[in-house]
Amino acid sequence: MLELALKGSKKFYGWLIALLVMAGIGFAFYVWQFNFGLGITGMSRDVSWGFYIAQFTFLVGVAAGGVMVVLPYYLHNYKAFGKITILGEFLAVASLTMCMLFIIVDLGQPVRILNVWLHPTPHSVLFWDTLVLNGYLLLNIVVGWKVLEAERNGVHYKSWLKPLIYISIPFAVSIHTVTAFLYCGLPGRGFWMTAILAPRFLASAFAAGPSLLILLCLFVRKATNFDPGREQIQSLAKIVAYAICLNLFFFLCEVFVALYSGIPEHIDHIKYLFYGLHGHGLLVPWMWTSMGLMVVGIILLVNPGTRRNEGVLAAACVAVFTGTWIDKGLGMISGGFIPSPLHHVTEYAPTFPEIMVTLGVYAIGAIVLTILFKIAISVKEEING
Amino acid sequence: MKRNRREFLKLAGITAASASVIGVTSGLTIAEASGSGAAKPDTTILAKNKKALTAKRWGMVIDTRKLQTASDIEPLIAACHKIHNVPEMTNKNHEIKWVWEEEFKHVFAEQEHELVNERLRHLPFLVLCNHCKNPPCVKACPTQATFQTKEGIVMMDFHRCIGCRFCMAACPYGSRSFNFKDPRPFIKETNKEFPTRMKGVVEKCNFCAERLAVGKQPACVEASEGAIVFGDLDDSQSEVRKVLNDNYTIRRKPALGTGASIYYIV
Amino acid sequence: MFNKKLVIAGLIIFVGIITFPFWFNQAKVIAPPEVKLTERAKEAKECVLPDKLKMRGEHMQLLDVWRGTVVREGNRKYVGTNGKEYEMSLSNTCLDCHSNKADFCDKCHEYASVDPYCWDCHIDNPKETK
Repeated sequence: MLELALKGSKKFYGWLIALLVMAGIGFAFYVWQFNFGLGITGMSRDVSWGFYIAQFTFLVGVAAGGVMVVLPYYLHNYKAFGKITILGEFLAVASLTMCMLFIIVDLGQPVRILNVWLHPTPHSVLFWDTLVLNGYLLLNIVVGWKVLEAERNGVHYKSWLKPLIYISIPFAVSIHTVTAFLYCGLPGRGFWMTAILAPRFLASAFAAGPSLLILLCLFVRKATNFDPGREQIQSLAKIVAYAICLNLFFFLCEVFVALYSGIPEHIDHIKYLFYGLHGHGLLVPWMWTSMGLMVVGIILLVNPGTRRNEGVLAAACVAVFTGTWIDKGLGMISGGFIPSPLHHVTEYAPTFPEIMVTLGVYAIGAIVLTILFKIAISVKEEING
Repeated sequence: MKRNRREFLKLAGITAASASVIGVTSGLTIAEASGSGAAKPDTTILAKNKKALTAKRWGMVIDTRKLQTASDIEPLIAACHKIHNVPEMTNKNHEIKWVWEEEFKHVFAEQEHELVNERLRHLPFLVLCNHCKNPPCVKACPTQATFQTKEGIVMMDFHRCIGCRFCMAACPYGSRSFNFKDPRPFIKETNKEFPTRMKGVVEKCNFCAERLAVGKQPACVEASEGAIVFGDLDDSQSEVRKVLNDNYTIRRKPALGTGASIYYIV
Repeated sequence: MFNKKLVIAGLIIFVGIITFPFWFNQAKVIAPPEVKLTERAKEAKECVLPDKLKMRGEHMQLLDVWRGTVVREGNRKYVGTNGKEYEMSLSNTCLDCHSNKADFCDKCHEYASVDPYCWDCHIDNPKETK
C-alpha cells in the first residue's frame, strides 16, 4: 500500500516538500539546542517545563481523540463511522509521533533516553507514560494498516485484529489519564493537584481530536474524490459539542473549588493565568481568548441550526481547536509553575529557536499525517471508483 | 593527505550506517571498533571507608538565632558551592544553587502573614534540599537517577540522568537546578577533587556524601561554627536529637507528608 | 522485473560506497599509539587489575562498576585481586598516578575512535593538559 503515497499531484508533492523544508529548519535549530543545551529555550529554574511538554500534552489529547470514531463503530456498531475510523487511527499515529518527538527534544540528555527502559521504574508515572504511548502507537499502526489492507482486498479483516481493536479503546483513555497523572500527583503544585485533571484532559481531548478530524474530513471532501460523509461529520460535531461543554464544566468545577475554598496555593495559579499576579500577566489575554473561543464553539455547536451548516461548523471547530490548544498548549504547563513553590513569579515565554524546533516537530507530524491520509484516501478512491 | 585513525573509523561508521539505511545487511562493518564483549571484572571487595561517618537517617537542625545576617550565611553558601564546583550562571533563569538564602515569606509561604515578627520578616533563611523521608523527586524519576541511599540521603546519579526534569516539577521546595548549558565556563575556581556537571542534567545538594565518606561533616555545617547541627535522626543519643528535644523546631511544608529532614529553630 | 543495467550500476555504486573509507584512506595502516607511563606508574608496576591486558581491555567495565558502587552504594574503597586498597575515583586515583591523560588516555581513545564523556565532568587531576 505504501506505493500509493508516491503517486500524487504536483500540489501534493509541493506540500510535502514545503513540510520537509520546515522540518529541516526545525532540525537545524534542534542541532543547535543539542550542542548548546536547553539554554536556548525560555525555560528556567522555576519554569522547568515549557512549550515542548505543553505541545506533548495537547497532542496526547488529539491522539486520544481518535478513539471517538473507533468506539462508536466497533462497540456500538454505528456503521456510518466505518468509513472514517481509519482517519481517526491515522490521526492518532501522527499525533503520537509528534508526542514522542516532543519528549525527545525536551530531554537534556536525549542520547540516554533508553535508560527509561534499561532501569524500569514502576513508581515513576513517566515510565508508564512511555509504555502506554508506545503501546497505543503500535496498536493504531497495526489496526489501521491491516483493516485498510483488508478493505482494499475486499475481504473482512483477520479475526486476530478484533482483540487489538478492543484493547485500543481503553488504551486511548489510558494515554491521557496517565499523562494527567504526570502532573496531578505532584505535591506542592496546587494548580495540577486536582482529581478532575484526568477527566478534564479527556474532555478537552475528545473536543480537540474530533474537531481537527472534522476539519480534515471537510478538506478531504474538497480535495479528493472521497467523501467522508455528511452524517459522519455531523455525528463528530455532536461529539465535539458534548466534549467541549464537559471540558468547560470541569474547568469551572476546578475554579469553584479553588476560589470558594480560598486556599492560596490553589487560587494563585488561576489568578496568575486570568488576572495576573504581582504585576505579571503574560498569559492573561491568551487565557481569556481561549475561554472566549470555547464559549463561541459551544454556542455554535450546541445550536442545531448552526451546527448543520458546514461552513459555520468549520469555524466552530477552528474555535474549539484553538481554544483547547491555548488552554493546554500554553496555559496548563506554565500555569502550574507560576508562582513557584517558593512563591516566586518567574514568567515564561518560548524563544524563537524553541518555536522553530516546535514547528519542525509539527512539520514532521504533518508529513506522517499527509502520507498516511494519502494512502487511506487512495484506497477509498480505488474501492469507490 | 594525512588522516588519523579516528577519522577513518568515523568515515567507516558513516558508510556502514548509510549502507544499512539503503537496506543492505552487510557483515562488512568494522568489528575492531566494538569491544570484545562485556566481561565482568574480577571479584573484588568493594567497601566503605573505615573513617566514614554513618547513620540510619541523616538530618540537620539550623539554628536561625545564630545566623542573623546575610554575612553570617554567605560563607556557608560559598563553602558548599566552592567544593562542589557549583557554577555562577550569569542568566538568572539558568541559576544553579545547592544551598542559598530566602526570606520567611518564601521559605514558609503558607505561614506568612502581615503580622509576622520583624526579626523573622527580614531574617535570611538558609535553604537546601530537604532530603525527605518520602522524596517526591525519587518517586517521579523515571530512571532512578535520583534515589535515596540507605542513610536517607537523596542522591543524584549524574551518569544516569536523562534531563527530563520531572524531579524539578515534583520537588515542592524548589531545591533542584538544571544545567541549561555547559556549566564549566561559569566555575570560577574548580575543585579538582570533585567532578563538575555536564549540560542537560539536574543537580542539587548531596548532603556532602563525599565528605561523610571520609569522616568529615558537611561543608556548610563545618563553616557554620555551631549554628547547624548535623547527625543521625534515628539515633536517640545523637546531638541532633538532643537539640531537637531541647528546642521547638519547624519544617518546610509539613502538610505535604514529605518528611523533610531539615529542621529550623526560629 | 530484472533490469540488468540498473542492477549492475546499483551494485557498483554500492560497492563503491561501502569501500569508500578504504580507498579514501589509500589503504594506509595507522600504527597504534604506544602506551606512555609516568614515572610513578612505572614504579608501581601494577595497576588496580594486575593484568595489563585486562586493564587495557576492561577498564571501562571496571570504571562502570566503580561509578555505580561509589554513587549508588556509597562504597568508595576497592580491594583488588592483588590485595591492595584503592579509593575508587577516576580523578583522584587513576589520574593521580596516570597524570599524563593526554598521552595515556586520549591517544588511545583517539585511535579507537571512542569519545568517552567521562571528561565532561571528571576533571583531569592534577594537571590539566589539553
